[in-house]
Amino acid sequence: MPKNKQRINAPHPFQPRDDEGPIFKEPWEAQAFSLVIALHEKGIFSWQEWADVLSEEIRLAQSHGDDDLGNTYYQHWLKALEKITITKNLSAKDELIERKRKWHSAYINTPHGKPIELSAADSKP
Amino acid sequence: MTHDHDHTEPPSDLELRVKALESLLIEKGLVNPETLNAIIDTYEHKVGPRNGAHVVAKAWTDPEFKIALLNDATEAVASLGYCGRQGEHLKVVENTNDVHNLVVCTLCSCYPWTVLGLPPTWYKSAPYRSRAVREPRCVLEEFGTRLDSTVKLKVWDSTSEMRYLVLPQQPAGTENWSEERLQPLVSRNSMIGVELAHLSDDSNEPQS
Repeated sequence: MPKNKQRINAPHPFQPRDDEGPIFKEPWEAQAFSLVIALHEKGIFSWQEWADVLSEEIRLAQSHGDDDLGNTYYQHWLKALEKITITKNLSAKDELIERKRKWHSAYINTPHGKPIELSAADSKP
Repeated sequence: MTHDHDHTEPPSDLELRVKALESLLIEKGLVNPETLNAIIDTYEHKVGPRNGAHVVAKAWTDPEFKIALLNDATEAVASLGYCGRQGEHLKVVENTNDVHNLVVCTLCSCYPWTVLGLPPTWYKSAPYRSRAVREPRCVLEEFGTRLDSTVKLKVWDSTSEMRYLVLPQQPAGTENWSEERLQPLVSRNSMIGVELAHLSDDSNEPQS
C-alpha cells in the first residue's frame, strides 16, 4: 500500500496531501460556508434553492473558462451567496458594494495591530 | 522608507466581500455570530469523517444495526445522534464481493456532511465529477484501488435531496475486532468509494 500513497493523492495535482484533507483553505471560506448554513437553518431558502443557485454559478464560471478544479469552489459559493442575498431581498447590490468599500477604508484608517472596526471607515486618522 | 504603521493592509477582495455580507446579515438580525462560529467549529473539528466511521464500524459489528442502516439510513444514522442539517435523505450502499459503489455529485458537490464533514477538494473538482461517471475504473486506479473485472461498479450521483454513503467491506482478519478498534480502519475515502477499507501498517500496534 505505501507504494500507492503518491497516487492516492494524484487525481489532481493540488489535491490536499493528507488523507483526511484540509477543510477550509482560508478563514473566509469557512465564514461564507457558515453564512449559507445559518440562512438556510433560519428558513430563508431551501437547500434545493441553494443547490440550484450554486450549480448555476459553477456552470457560469466554467463557461467563462474556470477550470473548476475544486480550488475555486468557495469563490463560486461566495458569488452564489451574494446572488441569493440579493434575490431574497436580504440586502441590495449597492448596499453590499458600499459595505465592502467601508471595510476597505476601515483597514486603511486603522493603525497596524489595532482591531478593525467599521466605525473607522469614515474617520480620518 | 520605514514600514508604514498608521494603517492596516486591507485583505483580499474575497475577504472584504465576505465581511460585507456577514456584517450586514448580522446587523439585520438574519444570522447570529455565535451560530456562525458553532457551524464552523462543528464541520471543521467535530464532524470530520469520524461520524461516518462510527456508523460503518457499528454496521460491521452489529447485524441488526446494519439491516436498519441499509433499510433507512437517515433514521439509523439519526439514532446515533447524527441528523442532517439540510433535511436531505441518506442512503447507504453496501460493497460486496460482487458490487463496488462509488459516490459523486455531477452537478455541484452534494455530500453527506453529517457523517463525513466537509468534502475534500478533489470531490468538488470538475474532473472528478465528470470522470467518476465516464471512467470510474480509471479514477479508482488513481486512488490505488484495483477491482477485479468481475466486480460490478455502481456510481451514485448525489442530489440536494439524496446523499450516499458507501459501506465498505470489512477487512479480512478483523472479524473479532471491537467497534472501537475497527473505526480507524474506515477512511473517508472508503466511504466515498474511491478506496477500500484496509488494515493500515500500524493497525496491529498496541494503542498508546
